[in-house]
Amino acid sequence: MIPELGHYALVLALALALVQSIAPCVGAHRRDGALMQLAASTAVMQFGFVTISFAALTACYVTSDFSVATVFENSNSQMPLIYKLTSVWGNHEGSMLLWVLILSLFGALVAVFGGNLPPTLKANVLAVQSWLAAAFYLFILFTSNPFLRLPHPPFEGRDLNPILQDPGLAVHPPLLYLGYVGFSIAFSFAIAALIDGRIDAAWARWVRPWTLAAWMFLTLGIAMGSYWAYYTLGWGGFWFWDPVENASLMPWLAGTALLHSAAVMEKRNALKIWTVLLAILTFSLSLIGTFLVRSGVLTSVHAFANDPLRGVFILAILVAFIGGGLALFAWRAPLLRRGGLFAPISREGALILNNLLLTTSCLTVLVGTLYPLALEVATGAKISVGPPFFNLTFVPLFLLLMSAVPFGPLLAWKRGDLAGVTQRLTAAFALAILGAAATLAVQGAAAGLTSLGLGLALFVMTGAVVDVVERTGLFRLSPGAALSRARGLPRAAWGTAFAHVGLALTLIGIVAVESWADERIVALKPSQSVALSGYDVTFDGVTARNGPNYRERVATFTVRKGGVAVGVMTPSKRSFRAREMTTSQTALMTLGLSQLYLALGDVEGDGAVVVRLYHKPLVLLIWIGAAVMALGGALSLSDRRLRVGAPRPALRSAIAAE
Amino acid sequence: MTRRQRRLALIGVSGLVLLAAVGLVLSAMRDSIVFFVSPSELAAHHPAPGTRLRIGGLVKPGSLARSGDLQVRFAVTDGTHDIAVQYRGALPDLFREGQGVVAEGRFEADGRFVADTVLAKHDERYMPREVVEALKKAGRWQEGEAK
Repeated sequence: MIPELGHYALVLALALALVQSIAPCVGAHRRDGALMQLAASTAVMQFGFVTISFAALTACYVTSDFSVATVFENSNSQMPLIYKLTSVWGNHEGSMLLWVLILSLFGALVAVFGGNLPPTLKANVLAVQSWLAAAFYLFILFTSNPFLRLPHPPFEGRDLNPILQDPGLAVHPPLLYLGYVGFSIAFSFAIAALIDGRIDAAWARWVRPWTLAAWMFLTLGIAMGSYWAYYTLGWGGFWFWDPVENASLMPWLAGTALLHSAAVMEKRNALKIWTVLLAILTFSLSLIGTFLVRSGVLTSVHAFANDPLRGVFILAILVAFIGGGLALFAWRAPLLRRGGLFAPISREGALILNNLLLTTSCLTVLVGTLYPLALEVATGAKISVGPPFFNLTFVPLFLLLMSAVPFGPLLAWKRGDLAGVTQRLTAAFALAILGAAATLAVQGAAAGLTSLGLGLALFVMTGAVVDVVERTGLFRLSPGAALSRARGLPRAAWGTAFAHVGLALTLIGIVAVESWADERIVALKPSQSVALSGYDVTFDGVTARNGPNYRERVATFTVRKGGVAVGVMTPSKRSFRAREMTTSQTALMTLGLSQLYLALGDVEGDGAVVVRLYHKPLVLLIWIGAAVMALGGALSLSDRRLRVGAPRPALRSAIAAE
Repeated sequence: MTRRQRRLALIGVSGLVLLAAVGLVLSAMRDSIVFFVSPSELAAHHPAPGTRLRIGGLVKPGSLARSGDLQVRFAVTDGTHDIAVQYRGALPDLFREGQGVVAEGRFEADGRFVADTVLAKHDERYMPREVVEALKKAGRWQEGEAK
């Protein structure tokens, strides 16, 4: 009964979405207030029905109803409750349901908080949002129904893939999808503006908070995924340039560009056409990411051809929305009026450079991700494009971008003074060069890249601090005056500073790990030890333990520094009963911002275990940096000016007059 | 500056950045991509020593041998031809004889293949896609064996 209820709720959501796809558009065209108003109620009801559907699926997992095919495939009655819950989206069907849940959530939020939007814009935005929702409801109902019943229900489920039985699954996909799908709002606003044929600075003020929120979640989602891969895969890597990872990085890069260009549009009424294009492209990249991950095209081009329904369906959605969006752009963009003028050396100019480098580096990632697929389809040759490719293409462009970051916030709008800004950045330059030179002096000439990376990170970080110091007048004014100016500083300015500092922290973490990480792979017998980076790690022995749905062999290691015990590390091997599959649980020991990392390899015949031991200096900075970036986003979001639905009073009267 | 000059400057800078990116991509394409080959393809056409390659197939049953200092030897087979692989380090959890594997590394001058990365499948249902293709070509693959 419950699965059918969930299925039916989804069908009802589709019906509502179809109404919401058409009625508000007609209403906006005819200036019919009642038809336009309809969209707000249907958007909220859609969210309600998808929530019912999602809750029904969750109930099937919690009660281990193995008559439902996806529950049988991905769950097991012995699993702890938390994994029963996360299994809901630990598979294709459920994750698509999570996708539309978030999509309808954003639609409902626009309906509820968009009270100050011009009614035609709001109606069109909600209609476009509904086109997307309808396409994905159809996709789920026709190709990926999570409520499909089995004719002969089995007694026990096949269990969730043990690699996914991790708290990371509880956090990573929802955050990532909030980011991916959040960009749909920017897309809907762009399409609605093109349909309206009218766009102004207020448009950017409405789009920015949604983009910021999506960007924040995507930043956290990517960071969470990176940390999860780091501790799960056992190789100590934090980024593998895997196509699935790239699929999330590309919308992030485009979304970051969008945030910056929307700022230009909001403040100076310039870059309008580009911002609209970028809004379309950012969500297009989210859709491409969904296609890459969900169509199976990455597992095999041929698997895609053998079971084409899903892939072709998503491809059709992709072509319709990206192609349609770009075609509409080509047709209507010339109608948009040009915005404010500015000199090349200005805040606007710096932000254009930011956009140029972000989109170009995004393009290199896209080429590296799609080229192997294209080559295989065209010639049958199979290649892998791995880290060396991205190190040679993406990294130089991104380093160039980093070197320009500190200039942006210091340059004035319209016409900037590059010499003056360079002078104000003297302290940042000095610190960067000092840091780079110190690295070279200690590490020798071979550490060229290390010193470049560290120098850049210091430059970006000090640059952000200089910006705040300049704005608050610290050192120039009395501390009291500086404090009150700091209070008066817009939250968005703090947000910029935090986000840039976060970027620098991440870079420091990456440089430290890439340059100074240490590793040993050894076979140890009980009471033997291995030394690494000043720590002695002694193998004490192996004990057996039983988990809820697995057996576990736990190896105990004592870590000492200078003869003094620092702690105990207990990596393990888990054998999962249902799938007869073994996984390794790594052990991490956090030492300040650095970590010791211990993964178990094979257990050899003579009681010895093979271990991989890594010392990862400052590795936590990689993810702390991402968290600080997201904090910057949150600060910006809390800026009065950007608060959702709070346009300036002067604008409000202008809108009321429409 | 007139609007026209500004636009030209913008187009010029964009062109330069794009050109640089295209240059970087092309040079990286030449140096840093790795081709995937099956044992049968290697038997037909042996690459020059030092070329980085990925070899995929099944771990030949009975071929796995460990010696001291974490040295591992095994043969990768597609049922028609075998390639002997040397590797030093810890093998992945799901590395087993008779199961799919991908080894990435180089041929030494003396003809040995020395791998620095060994990838096994992620779970019991998944087979590395290159391996499936290699096995299909050698006629050793039944549909439905794995997803």
